Amino acid sequence: MADDRSSQLIILFFVFVVLLNAPILQIFDRKELWFGMPALYFYLFFIWLVLIVVVGLIVRKKRK
Amino acid sequence: MSLSLVIGCSLAYISLLFLIAWWVDKRAERGVSVVNNPYIYALSLAVYCTAWTFFGSVGRATTGGLSFLGVYLGPTLLAPLWYMMLRKIILISKNQRITSIADFISSRYGKSTTLGVIVTVIAVLGIVPYISIQLKAVTFGINTLTHFRSGTAPGPTAFWLDSGFWVTVAMATFTGVFGTRKLDPNERHEGLVAAVAFESIVKLISFSAVGLFVTFGIYNGFGDLFTQATLREDTAKMLTFESSGITPFSWNVLVMLSLFAIILLPRQFHISVVENTSPRHIPKAMWVFPLYLLLINIFVLPIALAGKMMFDASIHPDTYVLSLPLEKGAAWLALAAFIGGFSAATSMIVVEATALSIMFSNHILVPLLIRMRSIGSNNLVNGAARLLDIRRLSILLMLFLAYLYQKSVGSTYDLVSVGLISFTAAAQLAPVVIGGLYWKRATHQGAVAGLIVGFVIWAFCLPLPSMAQAGIISGTFVKEGLFGISFLKPYALFGVTGIDPITHAAFWSLLINTWTYAIVSVNTQPSMLSLTQADLFVNIHKYISGHEYDILKREAKIGDLKSVLNRYLGETRTLALLNDYQAISRTVLEEQQTAQADLVSFVETNLAGAIGAASARVVIDSVAKEEPISLDEVMRILDQTREAVQHSRIMEEKNEELKMLTLQLTNANVQLKQLDRLKADFITTVTHELRTPVTSIKSLSKIILDDHDRLDDERRTTYLQIIVNESDRISRLINQVLDIEKLRSEEPVQQMEQLELTEIVLHAVAGMQQLLTERNIQCSVTPTDLELPVYGNRDKLIQVVVNLLSNALKFCDPQKGRIDILLRQKDKFVFFGIRDNGPGIPVQARQLIFEQFTQLHSKEQGKPHGTGLGLYITKKIVEQHQGSIRVESEPGHGAFFEIILPLSEPSNRVLEKNAY
Amino acid sequence: MQISGNSAKILVVDDEPNIVIALEYLLQREGYEVQKAYNGQQALDCMENWTPDIVVLDVMMPGMNGFEVARRLREIPALELTKIIFLTAKGTQRDKESGYASGAEYYMIKPFDNDVFISTVNEIMAYG
Repeated sequence: MADDRSSQLIILFFVFVVLLNAPILQIFDRKELWFGMPALYFYLFFIWLVLIVVVGLIVRKKRK
Repeated sequence: MSLSLVIGCSLAYISLLFLIAWWVDKRAERGVSVVNNPYIYALSLAVYCTAWTFFGSVGRATTGGLSFLGVYLGPTLLAPLWYMMLRKIILISKNQRITSIADFISSRYGKSTTLGVIVTVIAVLGIVPYISIQLKAVTFGINTLTHFRSGTAPGPTAFWLDSGFWVTVAMATFTGVFGTRKLDPNERHEGLVAAVAFESIVKLISFSAVGLFVTFGIYNGFGDLFTQATLREDTAKMLTFESSGITPFSWNVLVMLSLFAIILLPRQFHISVVENTSPRHIPKAMWVFPLYLLLINIFVLPIALAGKMMFDASIHPDTYVLSLPLEKGAAWLALAAFIGGFSAATSMIVVEATALSIMFSNHILVPLLIRMRSIGSNNLVNGAARLLDIRRLSILLMLFLAYLYQKSVGSTYDLVSVGLISFTAAAQLAPVVIGGLYWKRATHQGAVAGLIVGFVIWAFCLPLPSMAQAGIISGTFVKEGLFGISFLKPYALFGVTGIDPITHAAFWSLLINTWTYAIVSVNTQPSMLSLTQADLFVNIHKYISGHEYDILKREAKIGDLKSVLNRYLGETRTLALLNDYQAISRTVLEEQQTAQADLVSFVETNLAGAIGAASARVVIDSVAKEEPISLDEVMRILDQTREAVQHSRIMEEKNEELKMLTLQLTNANVQLKQLDRLKADFITTVTHELRTPVTSIKSLSKIILDDHDRLDDERRTTYLQIIVNESDRISRLINQVLDIEKLRSEEPVQQMEQLELTEIVLHAVAGMQQLLTERNIQCSVTPTDLELPVYGNRDKLIQVVVNLLSNALKFCDPQKGRIDILLRQKDKFVFFGIRDNGPGIPVQARQLIFEQFTQLHSKEQGKPHGTGLGLYITKKIVEQHQGSIRVESEPGHGAFFEIILPLSEPSNRVLEKNAY
Repeated sequence: MQISGNSAKILVVDDEPNIVIALEYLLQREGYEVQKAYNGQQALDCMENWTPDIVVLDVMMPGMNGFEVARRLREIPALELTKIIFLTAKGTQRDKESGYASGAEYYMIKPFDNDVFISTVNEIMAYG
């Protein structure tokens, strides 16, 4: 259903707006290396990738 | 590296772009769309990544750490909403044939010319700095490649003058040739899109190549690079916001600015909306485009860290992408990187300049020229050629402005700082676009006010101080506030300090812009056209069947189309239009036939001229679609075309009235003619009736006069009696004519009293006795002793009896005349019947005889008797007595008239009287 | 100025008895022999065995009208020499033409002048 998708995408938007903005972002603003990468660098790119994958999955769902 | 090599490679690359564009356009002409592909669509969207991304992000990272990512996370965040928002904008734009963001905003608020101009001004002035950084980056790149660590660089002024100017000229030429090769009414340039998509691949590959070279060639992967970075104070600072001095607030604002920019930047709107071939490409672009952004950003921080660690301040961080390979001897990689950056800059300039030139020519130059009547509209070819010249002129103008900006102001700032000034300007369009999409109540006045306020604050807070810093204008207002008012400092409005200028300007301009827009909208009334457009924009899905505008095929019954046209254009114009169509298409239209899409469009276009494009579309959809148009939509159309509809309705009503009046007039005329004829007949009859007694009177009185001595007494008496009788006859006739007038006024009968019908009848018969005897007519009344009480006027009732008696007398058999009067009573009615033995009354005449002026003419009967008023008067009198009259007749066997009057019991009458 | 010995025969046809009375007196005073008829049929019946020199004819009468009477009269060979005077209230030009067309020699309009009427009759009798 197209409507389901729209709602999911709107929710996704707000979730990621929160995740990628202050103050949530400040939690990860640390002088540490995670998996050999700066924590913030890792966090931003990881969330970014998650967003791409989730959006991809939502729009790839076949319509019935 | 030699300059000629760099220029040669650049030219070769540009030639390749031309080749791609030429090939794609060629295919498009043959009907094969190469760019109608979601991946190409997503790649073309990557025109977002410019020289700013390619060179500037690295430079930005050295001072602002990861903050450069905000510019790409904003568009990424918006991507999920494309499914609704971008699709909606595309549907509206295709529906409205919108060619730019200025057109979009102008169209939304009632196709406002003012808004078109305002948005164009904001876009052109706002984007000029953005173009300037592309010029600067290319110039920068050439300089780096040719003079890296050579130490022989000429003095800055002279060098920049030459190189920057020629880069500008080259770019202007390239863009002018590339972006304006042909004039497309929909502003679709498939070749351009294909070239841009190709350039996106080039950008990504060359940047990634540099990134991989740095990360895995110079260092041993991410871990090694980042670990080393943490060991140095200056590079460690770049790894967190806190240490790089980025406040959470400015990050949030940056994300918001870029979130708006991805849709509002003129080139982004152009590529994602105007050049869009199908909204079906959106879902794929929603994840492919963010993925592209992610990939092109992975190596920004590593390159920046590496550059920072390897170079001192003599190497500008904006050139690290080129400097690092050059430093490590990878000259070919550096050249490839330059081509990537060159690619990023050219794609941005070409698309941006094309988009801006469309706006500039459509919203400013062409309206101006039309007003000056300098475009020959009669010559289409010349007109189109002229339009293209105007476009080229606009491009040249904008690049020249950008060059001036770069030379005077831009040179003192880094790429990203200047680019963000443009982002802030583009963001001023956000309230009116988002409000326009979802808030119906937003008005034209609100949009104008919001945009102007936002633009003024933006100009005051960003470009003006930078111009002051460059020494172009006096800088006192920066330190002391405008007019010395401390609340009006461009970097500290209302006394708020501690925020970087971009965030500061973006915050205040957008906040006040939005407020103004909302408050003015709420307090103004939208125009009818604005309302219609608002509904169309906000509720676009109602107006479009399906989501595929490009395969949208509309069909409608020709009869329906005709009636729609009739309603708005009138029958004459409708007929002329359809005839035109038949002539052009060489077809014959039939009422019940289904009209194909081209006829539907033809009708819509012509209707648009009368009621506006949007309304025309809705009206046509109402007959072209299967589902019935909703009441709300109808109300909207009515709002706009209310006057037209009212007018046509009034016309229809008037038409109906006229038809009615004509009918009534025709009827009246027939009646008048009939009446006229009747009156003429009446006059003839009355004249004859008058002449006859006058003849007798004249002749006999002359005899008496002439022969008075010869006439015996008996004769003299007879003649005198005749004269008296004939005089009575004349009086009677005159009285009858006068009676007509009294009866016409329908006054109630005066002097009503209790009467005895038998007595009245006998009295009347006695009065006629002499005439009856003279004519040798036998007259009987039966019975003579019946009591028949009636209530009425004695004289009038006598007149009734006399009239009927004279009538019978006139028509009686000339030889053996016989009249029988029959009286009777039944139930509460009294009956007075009178039968003659004349020729009778033909069936068709039985009702006519009671009409005034009607007389029976026939060969057998010859001369009509009486005035034609007798029976009419009789009937009227009877009706005034609440009675009725009827006639029976068998032709050849006489006529029988019967009068029925209500029985009036004297006692009842008394009782009734007492009741009051 | 009664002319004695005048034996001319005149038929008066009119549905108005009072007019017949006046005409009868006037003609008898001149010495003519007068017969009366009150409608067309009576007139034709009368002329079956009595040949008048002049017929004074009304037009609008019950039954047969004057024009019809004149036409039928003209079909009777015995009445070939009989003159017809229309004396009628119908005074339009069209009526006159119909009158002459039906075979009448004279057309006089009511109300008539006694002297004019008599002199017309006398003239006809004197000059034919």
